[in-house]
Amino acid sequence: MDGMHDMGGRQGFGQVRYEPNAPVFHEDWEKRVNALYSLAVKRGIFNMDEYRHAIERMEPRHYLAASYYERSLTGLATLCVEKGVFSKEELEARAQGLFPLALALGHGRSNARDRESFKLGDKVSVRTEHVSGHVRAPGYVRGKCGVVVGISPAYPFPDAHAHGVTADDEPTYDVRFRAQDLWPDAAEAAMIHVGIFESYLVIAA
Amino acid sequence: MTHAVDLDEKPASIEQRVDAIQSLMQDHGMEPAPFIAEFKQGLESHWVPDNGARVVAKAWTDSAFKARLLANGKATVAELGLSMPPHHRHLVVLENTPTIHNVICCTLCSCTAFTIIGLPPDWYKDLEYRARIVRQSRTVLREMGLDLPEAVEVRVWDTTADTRYMVLPMQPAYSQGWSEDALAAIVSKDAMIGVARL
Repeated sequence: MDGMHDMGGRQGFGQVRYEPNAPVFHEDWEKRVNALYSLAVKRGIFNMDEYRHAIERMEPRHYLAASYYERSLTGLATLCVEKGVFSKEELEARAQGLFPLALALGHGRSNARDRESFKLGDKVSVRTEHVSGHVRAPGYVRGKCGVVVGISPAYPFPDAHAHGVTADDEPTYDVRFRAQDLWPDAAEAAMIHVGIFESYLVIAA
Repeated sequence: MTHAVDLDEKPASIEQRVDAIQSLMQDHGMEPAPFIAEFKQGLESHWVPDNGARVVAKAWTDSAFKARLLANGKATVAELGLSMPPHHRHLVVLENTPTIHNVICCTLCSCTAFTIIGLPPDWYKDLEYRARIVRQSRTVLREMGLDLPEAVEVRVWDTTADTRYMVLPMQPAYSQGWSEDALAAIVSKDAMIGVARL
């Protein structure tokens, strides 16, 4: 889905709020949230693709304003409600206030029927697709051409795995793009590499 | 089923929301308290950048290890007793050279080789880094204190699948001949992300 989470290449942002060797956690509740979603994954309540997608489905203004661990909490709570573990009403009764969750789930899909495999050095392009469900190709590579420089083992196909749809695992390819090809009018020279699932790619003409 | 978010009304505080979900998980027999305690222990002792620092120091001092590391990161870090979650099926180690500088990111969320280089800091997961590092890499790195010579090619790696990446920084000239332990002590998480040089 073309969600607010798909940040790569968006303009208008200021400087990174960087401090060398920054701490990972600031508050105890952040560690608890991290533990609780890990526990839910361990218990098989949801998988990592469902979890990532639940965060992507947050109302965009909520997504942008929430801290990282608030997004985690919202993803965890949304999936527990959607999976029927407990209800939003129960959460709000315990929290003694509103507990905003993510918005509704769209449609998943299985592997591309005509997918092919690629080898190192192949010139590939990213299919121009706009899906309503989970997808792990960032928008900035859509329709762009690059070269395969790495091949990874087969992984669950996220577009299916986040939606309970059956699919084959498939490899991902590290594809090298020129930044100037991704944003012809406004990018600094660099090589940008993206890990792309087989179903998202075709051989470039 | 749609859960509307009412932006005009203030939600319960974040602590109240975390307490609420923890107590419901408790009621459903998931035993969150001992898991949280164990998890916090893990955060402090297992998922720390010292792991990656040991890998880097070994690669600097043992060329055969480095060759194996660059060919198969996951199997090779296991030689040092380091592991990755089962869903991270591959670790790609990116070697910096005098003419190539690698930097990693996750524009879609926060993916990192956290068991090796440690959990990502706030700035890595913030909107600014995710939006800008792929498009204005050199400027962003300069703003973060790393001014690369023009002749150095910048290679950005966006962690969009479950393969993980880490940067193998260049060994600083002043550290030639040091022991592995002494070398490991100068390797930072930021250098393994690629926003700092040593």
